[in-house]
Amino acid sequence: MPSLKDIRNRIASVKSTQKITSAMKMVAASKLRRAQEQAEAGRPYAERMGRMLASLAANVAGGPGGPRLMTGTGSDQTHLLVVMTGDRGLCGGFNSSVVRETRRAILRLQAEGKTVKLLTVGRKGRDLLRREFPSLIVASFEEVGKKRLSFADADRVTAKILELFDAGQFDVATIVYNKFKSAMTQIVTLQQVVPFAAAPEAASDTATEASAVYEFEPSEEAILADLLPRNLAIQVYSALLESAASFFGAQMTAMDNATRNAGEMIKKYTLIYNRTRQASITKELIEIISGAEAL
Amino acid sequence: MADKVEFELVSPEKLLVSQPVHMVVVPGAEGFLGVLPGHAPMIVTVKPGIIDIYANDMGTITQRIFVAGGFCEITGARVTILAEEASDLEAVRGLDRAALEKQLADLSEDLADAKSEGERHTLEGKVAIVQAKLDAQVGTMH
Repeated sequence: MPSLKDIRNRIASVKSTQKITSAMKMVAASKLRRAQEQAEAGRPYAERMGRMLASLAANVAGGPGGPRLMTGTGSDQTHLLVVMTGDRGLCGGFNSSVVRETRRAILRLQAEGKTVKLLTVGRKGRDLLRREFPSLIVASFEEVGKKRLSFADADRVTAKILELFDAGQFDVATIVYNKFKSAMTQIVTLQQVVPFAAAPEAASDTATEASAVYEFEPSEEAILADLLPRNLAIQVYSALLESAASFFGAQMTAMDNATRNAGEMIKKYTLIYNRTRQASITKELIEIISGAEAL
Repeated sequence: MADKVEFELVSPEKLLVSQPVHMVVVPGAEGFLGVLPGHAPMIVTVKPGIIDIYANDMGTITQRIFVAGGFCEITGARVTILAEEASDLEAVRGLDRAALEKQLADLSEDLADAKSEGERHTLEGKVAIVQAKLDAQVGTMH
């Protein structure tokens, strides 16, 4: 039986934990809003880029002479998985669900006899994956967009991916990240980015609009060669944005639950505390009365 | 034919300008092009330089924007510029000239040392951006 003092201390500590979690929830909520706004703001660029690419791709039509970012290297032996997680924990299943999905993808690809390499963005993913696949990680980034995610951050990651690609380090690249659905739900998504595949809806969208034949200046090939790396950067950027929004969403939900649990715990402990207090008073009364009767 | 063309300037971080204009002058990779309504559909790479917006008529430039390269899609009714970096010309004019010159010198040095083809390519791009900023300050662009 814990003493009254023990219970009192316990209540105090749960209360202060609750204060922390509810503050974290508040912070996550405001950061979530900002991340959502940013994702919103980035959408027009990505949309128009997709439209432009689709009409270019239609013109160049993936012949063998096309740029390698689009046509691929001709094999799919080596896969690069770009894993996007957060730098911190306390966000429910956010990091572990990405890692779980990654692990499944790695095992599947390895079972097919493919080579897998990993590029991790975010400290948690690196730490978790390093334990299991220490030799697969070729590069990792940390604290990406710690203050505010900017396009330059995405550019840095992209530069690394392109460098690896140019060095012939991989054939197919896939981004694994949490797609933001709502603050409650995030969907782990695998998105292939190299070789580039035009999104089906973008393609059908432009089929009607781009029936007008474009002129190109300079040549289609030159523009495409410039555009494809930009497009990769955009895809990395929007995945990072989604991931950031998901992170704050997951954190907000997790902290909301934690705050509620702490509340329940406080209630439970208060009940025990009062009961114990009454029990000890009753005990003392009995002692006094039986003492008086004995006289 | 409409007498205005829908002009949009988009950076990865946000939609910067969206307005109907009379004409825009875009610094294309192979020379400036003025886009009026009904222009033939085109896709053009944009080099670092200044975009001039003529919102109302041919005579007056209403806005000048510095872009650090990008892409431009033109259809008869719409001009869309995807810029990597864009800012008002005034902001570029306000930059410290000495710092830019130093940056240019550093980059040129790096360029001379560049080993791989890819490295040289990215550095050339950076040099062009800084050079264009310098040019924009003097206002010798047109």
